[in-house]
Amino acid sequence: MSELANKVLLIGYGNPGRCDDGLGPALAEAVEKLNIPGMTVDANYQLSVEDAEAVANHQVVIFADADSSGPEPFSFRAIEPRAYLSFSSHSLDPAAVLALAGDLFGARPEGYLFGIRGYEFDELREALTEKARANMERAVEFLQSLLAEGSFRKMATDFNGKIPLHDKEEI
Amino acid sequence: MATKGNLKRIAIEPVTRIEGHGKVTLMVDEEGHVKQARMHVVEFRGFERFVQGRPYWEIPVLVQRLCGICPVSHHLAAAKAMDRIVGGENLTPTAEKMRRLMHYGQTFQSHALHFFHLVSPDLLFGFDADPAIRNVIGVAKKFPDLAVQGVMMRKYGQEIIKATAGKKIHGTGAIPGGINKNLSKEERDVFLKDIDQMMNWSVAALKIAKDYTSEHLEKLASFGSFPSNHLSLVRSDGALDLYHGNLRAKDANGKKIFDKVDYSKYLDYIAEEVRPWSYMKFPFIKSLGTETGWYRVGPLARINNCDFIDTPIAEKERKEFMKLGNGKPVNVTMAYHWARMIELLHSAEKIKELLHDKDLQGENLVVKGKRRSEGVGLLEAPRGTLFHHYKVNDDDQVVMANLIVSTTHNNEPMNRAVQKVAEEYLDGKEITEGLLNHVEVAIRAYDPCLSCATHSLGRMPLTIELIDTEGNLLDRKSRD
Repeated sequence: MSELANKVLLIGYGNPGRCDDGLGPALAEAVEKLNIPGMTVDANYQLSVEDAEAVANHQVVIFADADSSGPEPFSFRAIEPRAYLSFSSHSLDPAAVLALAGDLFGARPEGYLFGIRGYEFDELREALTEKARANMERAVEFLQSLLAEGSFRKMATDFNGKIPLHDKEEI
Repeated sequence: MATKGNLKRIAIEPVTRIEGHGKVTLMVDEEGHVKQARMHVVEFRGFERFVQGRPYWEIPVLVQRLCGICPVSHHLAAAKAMDRIVGGENLTPTAEKMRRLMHYGQTFQSHALHFFHLVSPDLLFGFDADPAIRNVIGVAKKFPDLAVQGVMMRKYGQEIIKATAGKKIHGTGAIPGGINKNLSKEERDVFLKDIDQMMNWSVAALKIAKDYTSEHLEKLASFGSFPSNHLSLVRSDGALDLYHGNLRAKDANGKKIFDKVDYSKYLDYIAEEVRPWSYMKFPFIKSLGTETGWYRVGPLARINNCDFIDTPIAEKERKEFMKLGNGKPVNVTMAYHWARMIELLHSAEKIKELLHDKDLQGENLVVKGKRRSEGVGLLEAPRGTLFHHYKVNDDDQVVMANLIVSTTHNNEPMNRAVQKVAEEYLDGKEITEGLLNHVEVAIRAYDPCLSCATHSLGRMPLTIELIDTEGNLLDRKSRD
């Protein structure tokens, strides 16, 4: 693992009681099991204002969320701080968390968003669909390669959420 | 599109900076007078069915999936109900105090979040301020110290929840008949280090709410306000108690409608009306009926209903607050914020009191007694009284669940608040930013959690439509 791994925060968010909406926390759980030295992993139902403080204390922050319509198996892109006009505390946007980290704590960490493709969100069930779980496992592999190379910005620039990552060779 | 006689409908959809989805429909006549206000929510029911067939001991964990905003409230209410199932409602001192610490931590962080990051923009910049500024980012830029305080208070409460309940996403602290861990001295000392700072910030936040209400009382006295009944739990000696007590209801003049009611008998006193246009039910006091039996819950009702607060600084503030009602309950809707800040301070005082209690390091965590087939658990969640009711069969499976969440209790009052505000700020011909802003402010006073009330999660832009009696779209405005 690169030295960068010691400065990375991963926050997976979503509701595990809503099928694939739990992809973010599921990714966080899977990464936590890897016991990557120095890497901070957190999971919650949604992002909130206090996440700004944790974000401000890291150089790289990866937000992991379920994506209902994005590319398969996932997208990975850089995000910039942006203040939304009407966000609620319920669903604070990752870009807004970055903006708060800057405004409140003077921090400008690199921010990235994992959008892991999910398929079922409406049903009340605490389990990922098979396809979503497979996408999540691919995302974990991708994250490990990122940490090994420490090239977050290049990876995100190459793909920027537009090009689906079909297999590891493309990475 | 719906029309009713010569009425036209204005839909405000959904409402921003409240928790979850919201949509407001205003029915106006041809002269532009508001005849009816209806607050709609997008329904996704089914949670009661979701838990059926599951073993009862899983329920305190499962119900946290109801809502990402206040999972701890559902966790504890379900645990209280399951205490009854296992005959373990007389908790050990360690178990009860650990749960209380969890609950006060939850209330502290929830009230702090709501005030600093949802309400303070309205109070600091004014209701009419540009929404581009009137938000938490605006507060962060102009009042950075205040915004940081809000973040740190929220974090403090969340850390207490983590220490008492476990993981944010999967709290397991409360179990039927008790808890699964105590608080170590090391954990306690971390919280003790910052509690005085939390209390000082709470006092300062309370002052902002109090000063704002006092300085703008002439306008706020009528803003979305009306006389109402008030419902809450009250401790057996009349004290404010957010975790446990008996049900008390007062009318708008302060006369008790009922008192000292064992909450397991709530169905004898409270019923829910179904209205065809709304997915969210309308609870009412049975003895008064649907027309006059509706009531408010939450901080305003709790401060109005209790006889005293058992922590000194909050009690002093309660006495000052009650002067607003001149001997009667306070019915000013915007006074919710002041009442909420009294509870914020009370929660900080209770946390400090608990942290100094050696029972938190006790080893006796669980009790069990005679098994029952039915259990009701109530507590005062940050937004108001929360009801959990379950029946369990001999195979330990849940066969019935009934939940009444805080926001559902406030359904009728929120509708009335919107109508009052719309009557004042709608000219019937144009959807203005002013109307939008004021409707939002009125609803936000209740701190509604619509995702919880409707069992759904989601995001919300803001859209308003003005439609005439023929169904033609006259005006439409959206806010992302």
